[in-house]
Amino acid sequence: MNVFDYLEPTTQFVIFSAVKIALVFGVTMTFVAYAVLAERKISAWIQDRVGPNRTAPPIAKYLPVIGPILVRLGMFQPMADGLKFLLKEDFTPAYVRKIYFWLAPAIAVIPAFLTLAVIPFGSTLGNPENKMVIADLNVGILYTFGVVSLGVYGIVLAGYASNSKYPFLGGIRSSAQMISYEIAMGMSVVAVFMVVGDLNLGAVIQYQAKYGWMVFHQPLAFVIFLISAFAETNRLPFDLPESESELVGGYHTEYSSMKFALFFLGEYAAMISASAMMVTLFFGGWTLPFISEPASSLLGGLLHIAIFIGKLSVLMVVFIWVRWMLPRFRYDQLMDLGWRRFIPLALGNILATAIVLAFISI
Amino acid sequence: MPDITDLLFYGFAGLALLFGFLCVANPISRSPVTSAMFLVLTIVSLAGLFILLHAFFLAAIQVLVYAGAVMVLFLFVIMLLELKEEERRKFRKFTVGAGVIAVAVIAGLLLQAVFKAVPFGTGPTVLAEGLTQPLGRILFTQYLLPFELLSLLLLVAMVGAILLTKKELK
Amino acid sequence: MSTKIVDRKPLSFFENSYLPTLVSGLKVTWKHFKKSAIQGKPLTMEYPEQKWVVPQGYRGAPYLVKDQDNNTKCVSCQLCEFVCPPKAIRITPPGPNGAPADRKNAEKSPAEFEINMLRCIFCGLCQEVCPEEAIFLQKDYSLTGESREEMVYGKARLLQLGGIHGGIQKWKHKLEEAKEQEVFPVHAE
Repeated sequence: MNVFDYLEPTTQFVIFSAVKIALVFGVTMTFVAYAVLAERKISAWIQDRVGPNRTAPPIAKYLPVIGPILVRLGMFQPMADGLKFLLKEDFTPAYVRKIYFWLAPAIAVIPAFLTLAVIPFGSTLGNPENKMVIADLNVGILYTFGVVSLGVYGIVLAGYASNSKYPFLGGIRSSAQMISYEIAMGMSVVAVFMVVGDLNLGAVIQYQAKYGWMVFHQPLAFVIFLISAFAETNRLPFDLPESESELVGGYHTEYSSMKFALFFLGEYAAMISASAMMVTLFFGGWTLPFISEPASSLLGGLLHIAIFIGKLSVLMVVFIWVRWMLPRFRYDQLMDLGWRRFIPLALGNILATAIVLAFISI
Repeated sequence: MPDITDLLFYGFAGLALLFGFLCVANPISRSPVTSAMFLVLTIVSLAGLFILLHAFFLAAIQVLVYAGAVMVLFLFVIMLLELKEEERRKFRKFTVGAGVIAVAVIAGLLLQAVFKAVPFGTGPTVLAEGLTQPLGRILFTQYLLPFELLSLLLLVAMVGAILLTKKELK
Repeated sequence: MSTKIVDRKPLSFFENSYLPTLVSGLKVTWKHFKKSAIQGKPLTMEYPEQKWVVPQGYRGAPYLVKDQDNNTKCVSCQLCEFVCPPKAIRITPPGPNGAPADRKNAEKSPAEFEINMLRCIFCGLCQEVCPEEAIFLQKDYSLTGESREEMVYGKARLLQLGGIHGGIQKWKHKLEEAKEQEVFPVHAE
């Protein structure tokens, strides 16, 4: 009996939730920093070169064997990146619309972190009441999509606030692309929830623990969701809005230092939350085929969280890999794919699933 | 000490009223984009009110559809057409008088309704299975005709929009 | 030439579904990744741990040389100063009352010889024009300094960096070179 148990249940819940939120936020920020590093190293290796391999703070000299290995792998590079973003000059041009200029990076970053609130990243830590999810909503997936659609505002306002040609074009293109692929993403996931029967994300994981991963039950839905996730996070092959060779910087041309860092972080955090959604919905979340019971001890809980993070990392590597695999889509091809091909495909998938479910239940 | 539900209700309702007011009568800036952003905030406050009524599905759909798609398209139109800020017009006595009378009549009706109303029930019932399944069941059985008519209405709007923007075929 | 219309075959259904492109993209990127990361053979040359081989005749930084008896070869004729395109060389001749040369065959020696390495374009004209074969463009390519004044190399530093380029009697060497190149006919005396 420690002091924790003497408090009221609501206070316990509040404190536990605050701890979970702080941990999830901290771990996600670290993940984002190292995702930037992973992107640089992996894209360097794919391009026959070496990524960052020289950043060495003074402490690296004192670590006996592992110090030089970490330096060669570039593990201290995110520290240098963070320091650069903090110390760079934060410049506000004279002709921008100031309020929206300052608001836009915040609005772009916040939804990326908010979607992580409903994702179960583990089962429990031994006590069945303390679930490893910040908000166990009954309409978890709808909350996710609502928050993702609010993320469009960041880009729209960034393009509008910059008051200049290229960012405006980039902002308009990007927001049109995002709202088009939101529809395809939402529709492709409807089939998953028809099969599971409940909108709760924990129920989806339990279903997958019993019947196998959803990616084998609904492969078309997975493919549509994967490609729509690429389009939602403005990642190649859909990165025309921020295409570095065509639009200078797209909607974040006029931003420098910390505001650009926020856009950058927001993009990688959106990638992480999209990967987390995919892991939860299609790849079984924190379960493996033989480890599917909720944890009964601290060690089991941590193992589940480690399984989740492992699957998440594999999907992040896929994100990074595809970036260097395919050429960029032209804008009309992109919109054509989103509206004229994915939406009918997703609707057909829903129809087929409904028919199969109706036959099974007869 | 009112409990947390009442406090949240007053908070969300006050915010909704404030943002609604700022949307139409913003004293600082008269640009259309500011009004659109305040409308988004009003919609989000209304979604908060839905959550207090335990209608989670409706709240999420409100944010998703209304704030996330409809208002984005509003913003597109405003930004692409580069609507200028509205100029301040002179206040004419007739307009002000008519406005005050209209507001007084409506406020009188509302206040009568509030003070003469008799409370019934104990508030929203929390369904054990959540809102989604009963909503789906009712929508596809009892209210099927309005549902199909609404989808027909959306189809008419879509076809009309495409027809209006199509270029003349020579 | 009339234009030739190239036949483009319409894409088959399989190709239209983008799957062959995806697979071939995966193969190419995996091949490169395997070579660089797993086998450890990226194309990068990690300078300064690995350096490249400077080829013969590379035009690096110009330095003053001494001959095999450790005498300064430069006689302050100022031809290199006049031929230098960016005017990077500045020579102060000794004048009529200056110090005499430090070897017996020379009439004079420069009082001060400065090359501004920031202006030098490494063209090699000074080496070509020098009648005493006293200035050579050697293989030094990485010049760094912490201020503009530091990058103006004086005579002592140039002599120290140049070293000994001895074993040459200038006109004999030029005759042999000309014979090899057959640039102009030389009648042997």
